[in-house]
Amino acid sequence: MSDETNLPAPSGEVEQIGERRGMFGAAGSGDTSGYGGLVQPINYPGASQPPYGGWFDTVAEALDARLDHAGVENAIEKVVVHRGEITFHVQRTALAAVARQLRDAPELRFEFCSGVSGVHYPDDTGRELHAVYHLTSMTHNRRIRLEVSCPDADPHLPSLVATYPTLDWHERETWDMFGIIFDGHPGLARILMPDDWPGHPQRKDYPLGGIDVEYKGGTIPPPDQRRSYS
Amino acid sequence: MDTSTNPTTGPDPYAGTSQTSEGRVFTVTGQDWDELTASLADEVIGEERLVVNMGPQHPSTHGVLRLILELEGETVTEARCGIGYLHTGIEKNMEFRTWTQGVTFCTRMDYLSPFFNEVTYVLGTERLLDIEDDIPEKAQVMRVLLMELNRISSHLVAIATGGMEIGALTVMTIGFRERELVLDLFELITGLRMNHAFIRPGGVAQDLPPGALDEIRGFVALMRKRLPEYAALCNANPIFKARLEGVGHLDLEGCLALGITGPVLRSTGYPWDLRKTQPYCGYEDYEFDVQTWDTADSYGRFRVRLNEMHESLRLVEQCVDRLAGLEGAPVMIADKKIAWPSQLAIGSDGLGNSLDHIRHIMGESMEALIHHFKLVTEGFRVPAGQAYVPVESPRGELGAHVVSDGGTKPFRAHFRDPSFTNLQATSVMSEGGMVADVIVAIASVDPVMGGVDR
Repeated sequence: MSDETNLPAPSGEVEQIGERRGMFGAAGSGDTSGYGGLVQPINYPGASQPPYGGWFDTVAEALDARLDHAGVENAIEKVVVHRGEITFHVQRTALAAVARQLRDAPELRFEFCSGVSGVHYPDDTGRELHAVYHLTSMTHNRRIRLEVSCPDADPHLPSLVATYPTLDWHERETWDMFGIIFDGHPGLARILMPDDWPGHPQRKDYPLGGIDVEYKGGTIPPPDQRRSYS
Repeated sequence: MDTSTNPTTGPDPYAGTSQTSEGRVFTVTGQDWDELTASLADEVIGEERLVVNMGPQHPSTHGVLRLILELEGETVTEARCGIGYLHTGIEKNMEFRTWTQGVTFCTRMDYLSPFFNEVTYVLGTERLLDIEDDIPEKAQVMRVLLMELNRISSHLVAIATGGMEIGALTVMTIGFRERELVLDLFELITGLRMNHAFIRPGGVAQDLPPGALDEIRGFVALMRKRLPEYAALCNANPIFKARLEGVGHLDLEGCLALGITGPVLRSTGYPWDLRKTQPYCGYEDYEFDVQTWDTADSYGRFRVRLNEMHESLRLVEQCVDRLAGLEGAPVMIADKKIAWPSQLAIGSDGLGNSLDHIRHIMGESMEALIHHFKLVTEGFRVPAGQAYVPVESPRGELGAHVVSDGGTKPFRAHFRDPSFTNLQATSVMSEGGMVADVIVAIASVDPVMGGVDR
């Protein structure tokens, strides 16, 4: 890490999602260190502007052209290039069309999907649940990431199983862990948790259990309520 | 009719029959088979269709895999997997530990290839930290060394258990015999046979112990003699070939549609190996060949694994030669804000904290003490963002999608485990075949349930 990491980022380069308060995860207890009042923004890499560099531009332009040709509008919300990886943030309504173009267009040819991974950002209001797809073009030896979001109140995303059959189990896992409903999935059942399990464990608001201690009725609090560096 | 009432203990709750909406369900737990068939005869059985639960405690399902097979006689008409029996919430647990401690969790997922789990997670973390170019050369060579040794041990288990399941018990005994030698090397280098947590963000936990290179050279020489035994035992063995050839067929289109990677993909003749196509840890500087086969069946996958072990031996030899010239070189990044401060050393009472380090932090440098305390309790902060750096594990593409919110703990770590994805091929590989071939097909995929369920 260089010293530049300590400088404030120029506007537009980062996107703030939430803030971090205090330093020790201790709210309301007697933290007299003064660090309890610390407020820091949580900044994620913001949208990048073209040119993105290298083959990123080739893919981005080819995708734009294909989507225009197919009549899909406003499909790409933004493009983020960070640490040498490119992420296309896609509108959920256009996800199926984007995936189909990415797989079938000869100049894109992302024929291999590694799977989908859910991420729960409780502070990203209106876009709390994210689904992240990693696609590989074996033909061109390229790797991109698709990110799509949906609000907690309406956790629906289109299923991509028709385009990438491998996503069958991956989407089931994401439903199981995050409660994202993939519309059009052939059989969206739980996969890792038991069928009758309540809740979706990987969500940040999933209640965690503490541990009883056999000493004067003491308990170890759940991990998210323990004092820890935040 | 209850067939299992014991005069002293009453009805056995785990045996007998029950009526469900799907028909009558028989639970067979080892009671007298004649009684069961007698009770079956009472039923008017108009169809041959039989739904059988195989597992999750079946010995040939590689751990706790449950197969739900619909049979017509001995032909499988439908095969489905039930998984989740080994789900331990590793990904969730990692969100409550520091980035360095995360290694301790993810190494336990796919327990036959622990180093690959560690490497993919560590590479993702290092990319987010933007320190990929600062990792010492010796650490990278040691990672490659450990991964390739691990590939040998993992393929040995794949071949051994696969052989055992079709009755080739000698393959099992010699497979585990050789695997034990690899685990001995792991124990020598990392201190543990499995669950090493040895590869850390910034490098590796410890330098090579004295004499390790000689041990590895001896192992390579021994394996060069023993690996041909497998070829002599299996390659042209008519029974072995009869059981494996043409079984579990899956062509290239099927593999890509289902996201299958690793030996299964390479058995279709497509030389896709991330070590060659998207190199990491300096694989571009080593000489090795990607092994393929062209039959797209279980036999081809066996041959790919066997050949890959030879390639891994080549890689191990190259690593040993490099390490011989890197004696005393650092194995952890120089950045004191990231490098794990403490070191282990063998004292008179066994392995423990290095006395030199204790002397340094307690007697010589207040700053070193502060760094030790902060890094061990709080850990380092990783800039916000996400990364995905897949590696070629023995089973295919293994990748960790790591997300940071700028804190000292992973905000989310998701592992794309090849066993999980490859297991989806069970249906297409085994439907329409014989029930005995289901076992062969699954063994050729080589799923490890620790990785499937995480």
